[in-house]
Amino acid sequence: MTTIQKKPATGERNPIAHLTEADIEAIGVELDAIRQSVLDDRGASDAAYIRRLIATQRHLELGSRVVLLFSAFPPAWVLGTTGLSIAKILDNMEIGHNILHGQWDWMRDPKIHSSTWEWDNATPAAQWKHSHNEVHHTYTNVVGKDNDLGYGIMRVDEEQRWHPFHLGQPLWNFINACLFEYGIAAYDLDLGATIKKKQHQDPAFRAQAGQVLRKIRKQATKDYLVHPLLSLPTGSFLPTLAANATANVVRNLWSHSIIMCGHFPEGVETFEKRSIEGETKGDWYVRQMLGSANISGSKFLHLMSGNLSHQIEHHLFPDLPSNRYAEVAPKVQALFEKYDLAYCARPLVPQVYSAWHKVVRLSLPNDWLATTTPKNLPSQLKTLYAMATKGPKVRRAAQARLTQLARRQAAASAPTEVSAAA
Amino acid sequence: MTTTVEPSAAAAHRGGRLRDRAMRVAEAATTPLVPADFLDLFAPLRSGAELRGRIEEIHPETADAATVVIRPGADWAGHVPGQYVRIGIDVDGVRQWRAYSLTHGPRADGRISITVKAVPDGVVSNHIVHQARPGTLVHLTQAEGEFVLATDHDRLLFVTAGSGITPVIGMLRNLFPSTDDGVLRLPRSAGLDIVVVHVAPSHPHSIFIRDLEALDAAGVITLIARYDDEHGVLDINDIDHLVPDLASRRTFACGPAGLLDALAAHHDAAGLELVVEQFRASRVEPGEGGTVTFADGRTLEADGATPILDVAESADVLMPSGCRMGICMGCVIPLKEGAVRDLRNGAITSVVPGETGVLKVQTCINAAAGDCHFDH
Repeated sequence: MTTIQKKPATGERNPIAHLTEADIEAIGVELDAIRQSVLDDRGASDAAYIRRLIATQRHLELGSRVVLLFSAFPPAWVLGTTGLSIAKILDNMEIGHNILHGQWDWMRDPKIHSSTWEWDNATPAAQWKHSHNEVHHTYTNVVGKDNDLGYGIMRVDEEQRWHPFHLGQPLWNFINACLFEYGIAAYDLDLGATIKKKQHQDPAFRAQAGQVLRKIRKQATKDYLVHPLLSLPTGSFLPTLAANATANVVRNLWSHSIIMCGHFPEGVETFEKRSIEGETKGDWYVRQMLGSANISGSKFLHLMSGNLSHQIEHHLFPDLPSNRYAEVAPKVQALFEKYDLAYCARPLVPQVYSAWHKVVRLSLPNDWLATTTPKNLPSQLKTLYAMATKGPKVRRAAQARLTQLARRQAAASAPTEVSAAA
Repeated sequence: MTTTVEPSAAAAHRGGRLRDRAMRVAEAATTPLVPADFLDLFAPLRSGAELRGRIEEIHPETADAATVVIRPGADWAGHVPGQYVRIGIDVDGVRQWRAYSLTHGPRADGRISITVKAVPDGVVSNHIVHQARPGTLVHLTQAEGEFVLATDHDRLLFVTAGSGITPVIGMLRNLFPSTDDGVLRLPRSAGLDIVVVHVAPSHPHSIFIRDLEALDAAGVITLIARYDDEHGVLDINDIDHLVPDLASRRTFACGPAGLLDALAAHHDAAGLELVVEQFRASRVEPGEGGTVTFADGRTLEADGATPILDVAESADVLMPSGCRMGICMGCVIPLKEGAVRDLRNGAITSVVPGETGVLKVQTCINAAAGDCHFDH
């Protein structure tokens, strides 16, 4: 997918070309009305939901950790590790992410408030709130502004120039998935840019880095020292250590998958920096609509994904309680249909596949994957090898050949369209 | 320090150190939560927990008033009759804090009670009277209030109006406990001479009127009840006729601001002492715009259409800010007093000191709806 404003030039369909300014304003008005309808009856049952969920998560975590005291006994290890993994996922996704968004601030409960909540994650809540709520949610999918797009380590759009470095991005992405909580912490710190700009002596950066290290130390002490030591009397030190490590990796892989599904799958649009100058509320809404993707599935999936399975609704209304996204989703989808926009939703497995497919496709030069067939594989590999090992001049020439090949193949498969365009 | 106490002091010190260490381990095992977050699941009223209480009984007093009996947490420090307690209760999912007089003296069963009259549009009072159920957990503060009986006077006059009777009932019940065999006359209450002037809209709408009438019938107080529908609205200057020996009594008054102001003027003119208790002081009537005051004393004029964030920043006040569209909560600061209006939907958030407690508000989408004081 290319950045939306360049679409007409590259021949692809601009998904909002058919919308007038008045349409976009009307979309904004309709979405405001949907938001207000939830605010109007937000109340005791919503409060009961989050309190029940928090109590359930704490019971589950406590119970799992008690079971893990005996984790030298294999069934106890399996049970405890499963429970702890689920407890950590609930803590991060449906509870932590959403409380830190301020979705429950209206309850005026000082314990369940975005300004006081802290979560079971390497990144301190305050830093995550800045990079996520402020940067990602405001500049969603704007290339160069929204670091969630590839976390600054990946090529996320055809418009970004391909470099041999990108060949490794499926691997970076997998490593990032396993260590996701640390990746998030580094990225909330803007670690990459800070090192590049040699600003690591900056006092503000040092203070923030200190907070992150303290948080990581406390988290690691809990998971990898205190609980294993508590299990020592039953000879379960190492099994408990392994259980905590497993639960953290499970949580990392799961949250990484869910978050990839939110903005990465094929069919999700990205935007140029200059396109958001003078953006109205309606424009912002439309950008959120086209820049997010949902996961369809069961109630349990929605719960475990922190209702980020309703990513579109979440991006439109980040401060509405997450338990209400399911009920507004049909209204939002109807609005997409009314204005002939694509509501990107797939079940979990296809959506994860789609996101990974995009990571792999963009790790390769533009059009390489699409033009490769079993028959021309050897010559394609030769081209790729040349592009990866030789200078920019070779890359540019090879890229031109690939683009030409892609056009020819497209013309062969859809001759009528081309003749109509001609 | 003598040598004999040293061993036990050392033991206590060791015990304390052991407890501290155990606490540190528990904290390391529960971070980023604290051990209390898990203990609260099982024992919310335990010693050491935040002060809470559980509603155990709710008795209707009149059609629109009820007495709520609450089992306070283990750390409840007790109270003196006439004091009030602040109660935080969730109404429609929103934590609301209100102050209510404790309507019993200290009770043998350790429970406390408040009596609430549902006032028109009263969010909390209507919820407590009509919707609250036994078993509900509420949040409490320790008893507060200077409106307590002094021991150096035995000739007293209480002037109460409406639910202003509640702190007085607390004092009277403590002085004259009511039992199945009638009103007890305790030695500590002998020699008291008490007159109660109680003002209410009508007899059926008068909470605690049965208690007052019983005390009057038992001869321990003299009740002078004035009902608006029967006697007309009371002119406070008539009190000289209602209580001819007014000058020899110490007056305690509790009721709405209008009554208290009139009584204060009357007593001031007569050179008499007056102890008052005022509830529901002054409601913030949300208006369009107002002044915005910050912790450093700076006061700015804010209109009703400009976000407080913009007002503050254009005057160079250093403000936290984020998305500036109401989604990131990066700009919330504590509002100590005043009212703000959400520019997106007109929703009013108001803070009344001593009632709602401080609320954190988003400055990027709220405009002043009255004079606001921020703790920032």
